[in-house]
Amino acid sequence: MSTNSVERQQGSGGNSHQVLTFVLGDETYGVDILRVQEIRGWSAVTKIPHAPPHVLGVLNLRGSIVPIVDLRMRFALERVEYTTVTVIIVMSVNTPAGRRDFGVVVDGVSDVVDVNSAEVKPAPELGSRSATDYIRGLVSVAERMVVLLDIDRLIGRDLALSASVDNDDALAASAA
Amino acid sequence: MTVDLTQFHDAFFEESFEALDAMEAALLKLDVGSPDAELINTIFRVAHSIKGGSATFGFSEIASFTHSLETLLDELRSGTMPVTVALSDLLLKSVDVMRAMLRAVQAKQPIDSQRVSDLQFDLEVAIAKKGESPAPAPVAAAAAAVLPGASGAQSAPAVDAAACDPSWRIRFHPYRELLARGNDPLRILRELAALGPLAVQADAAMLPALGDVNPQDCYLAWSLELPGTVAEEAIRQVFEWAEGDCDLTIEKVPPEEIAPAQQPAAAAPAPQTPPPAAAAAPMPASPAAAATAPKPEASVSAIGDSGSIRVSVEKIDELMNTVGELVITQAMLSQLGSHFDGPDAEKLRAGLGQLERNMRELQESVMRVRMLPISFVFSRFPRMVRDLAQRLGKQIELKLTGEQTELDKTVLEKIGDPLVHLVRNCIDHGIESPETRVAGGKPAEGTVHLDACHRGGNIAVEVSDDGGGLDKERILAKARSRGLVGPADSLTDTEIHELIFVPGFSTVEKTTDVSGRGVGMDVVRRNVKELGGKIEVKSEPGRGSRFTITLPLTLAIVDGQSVAVGTETYIVPLISIVESMQLKASGVTRLSGRSEVLSFRGDYLPIIRLHELFGVEPRSRALHEGLVVVAEGDGRRVGIFVDDLLGQQQVVIKSLEANYGHIEGVSGATILGDGSVALILDVPGLIRAASMRAAA
Repeated sequence: MSTNSVERQQGSGGNSHQVLTFVLGDETYGVDILRVQEIRGWSAVTKIPHAPPHVLGVLNLRGSIVPIVDLRMRFALERVEYTTVTVIIVMSVNTPAGRRDFGVVVDGVSDVVDVNSAEVKPAPELGSRSATDYIRGLVSVAERMVVLLDIDRLIGRDLALSASVDNDDALAASAA
Repeated sequence: MTVDLTQFHDAFFEESFEALDAMEAALLKLDVGSPDAELINTIFRVAHSIKGGSATFGFSEIASFTHSLETLLDELRSGTMPVTVALSDLLLKSVDVMRAMLRAVQAKQPIDSQRVSDLQFDLEVAIAKKGESPAPAPVAAAAAAVLPGASGAQSAPAVDAAACDPSWRIRFHPYRELLARGNDPLRILRELAALGPLAVQADAAMLPALGDVNPQDCYLAWSLELPGTVAEEAIRQVFEWAEGDCDLTIEKVPPEEIAPAQQPAAAAPAPQTPPPAAAAAPMPASPAAAATAPKPEASVSAIGDSGSIRVSVEKIDELMNTVGELVITQAMLSQLGSHFDGPDAEKLRAGLGQLERNMRELQESVMRVRMLPISFVFSRFPRMVRDLAQRLGKQIELKLTGEQTELDKTVLEKIGDPLVHLVRNCIDHGIESPETRVAGGKPAEGTVHLDACHRGGNIAVEVSDDGGGLDKERILAKARSRGLVGPADSLTDTEIHELIFVPGFSTVEKTTDVSGRGVGMDVVRRNVKELGGKIEVKSEPGRGSRFTITLPLTLAIVDGQSVAVGTETYIVPLISIVESMQLKASGVTRLSGRSEVLSFRGDYLPIIRLHELFGVEPRSRALHEGLVVVAEGDGRRVGIFVDDLLGQQQVVIKSLEANYGHIEGVSGATILGDGSVALILDVPGLIRAASMRAAA
């Protein structure tokens, strides 16, 4: 996609780009601001059957049906109650099947910061590669460490898998 | 005083096209031999109103043609002429020609005069064949009035334009009843003569034999010429009272234009003869000249088509989404308003109630913009089948069912061509000749059936015939000869049937203009795939074949029953629902301790507990405390156990797959009035999912 290529070019040129940071527990994460469609308050979702546990359900976002992912559950963090300050960040991801929109539930949105691509450090290797391949890098912003997420890898794969997860469930059910 | 008649043109065109559709439909229903008088009346009325309208607006060629047609129809109506196949063909062709003429005039393009005059000639011949002498007269006259030389009944005006100035050429062809309306042609001619030197040429070609003359009828027509110095307005004023009782053309002819127009051999189409100088602005008194003259400014043709507008689908989608948001906002306000206290609370609530009603109407209208019944596509087939059957010498009955099935306009537009291909194939390859059919013990008349329905969350359009079915041997032989299939490979029936969708594949030896060029089935499949659908074929030798096109109803509207399970709301398509009922504890039996069945009209139906299947916490697990919706899918019936029924409504189907993926048992989602999302159940999928679970 064109936005993607623009973004890549900026990254390789060492330019700075804007990142939306949000809080999850004690950690601060960041996503490319260009991917963010909307930030909205928590509202009840419609459950979808056979979905992976971290896919909470779907919401209506101006006429389109958008799946909602709980990032705490995705990262296997402790669950918290959703409150009025719980926030959903609606983002778009690029998947092999094309652009898809989805929302992530986070504890709260912090800031928009400028990140210079040259200052981004790669994530340390932590044994299992798949555990960290959705981390684009780490960057320090005002004494805080921000984990930059590659949402295409983090969520795109989930969404692509969701249909087959469904089938796996069915297979598991029939095998049991 | 002048009234701009052009403002009524659009209405006239729209009405005329609709009337022609009605006429075509009536013609197709018309039985040879014993015609229904009411149908003939319908046809006659169409011709008559188009004639009247086109005369009023000065579309003299159309008026002239419809006049001939009307004469012929009058014979039919009075029963003096039998309805034959040839005749109804002729009338159908006339419909085509009239449509073409109207389109041409609407687009301000020249009319294909050759085609018109040819057919008009055929009409005359048909009337003349009746063997009565007075009848041809008005027809020939009508033809002659507009198309000099085309009918051969009239030599071109012999008026010599001595002067080098442009001159007015007037063709004045009174209808027979002109005299009865109190007009005197003689008076008109005298008045014209008073305007300047008048050259008169009378056309007595349509004068019947003396014994047949009705003294109250006018049989004569005139070609007149006046010097160009005379004001057009003055000429028109003379004819003012005869307007509507005659065919009138007033043209300004520069001297160099006169010569070619006068050659009788050149069946010079009237619209080509008037020079660009011809009056461009239509006059209310006699707009004839203006309308027959093609306007030199081609750019004008783009405007003036206001009956309907083309809007891009994205704009409508945008509109729909915005309206959806509005509905949610309105629901939110209503909720706030219901808790509101204060002096104006009542007024606020009244206003909110009004807003809600308006919102609902707005939403419905916006939804309706996209949806059209499939009859829009089906309606083209009766004519096509009839023509093809005739051309191929086959007897075919076309059955149409499910025409009211609504589907998205984009889908509708794109499904037309594939269906045409399929129907053509059925007629050309499927249905056998009457002799073969009779020899095979089948009725001589073959049947082609078009059906549409909502099925399993999709729209299924079926084209079936009771013909010979696909010739597996031949398909296989052809595929082997083309190297598509190895000589040793053995294929299943389904695989063989699949071969017909390979590009360039055709088993027909002789290429006809109907089919056999090997383009078709692959295009059909491609078109269907582009719509996200699929096409399947089932065929039985000697029994016929059935093509099923299944299309997803991404944007189709479905009538649904909302049901509640715990805190969730689901929509069950009404079409799948047989009945909803409350269960008594005694009505349920447990089979081998696990699966529950309920007794329903002497049948035992498995019960699907929706809360179990979808993993939702229900209000109650006791069957007698909830409700059971008896639903049908893929020919099987089940009882779906839910907590409660909520209400029926039309819902717009939104895709879950756009951002998520497919869920077994769910065809899509919709947005409820309060902005929340409800899943739409796919009953056949649900049954499959449940039986998989039960098998585990």
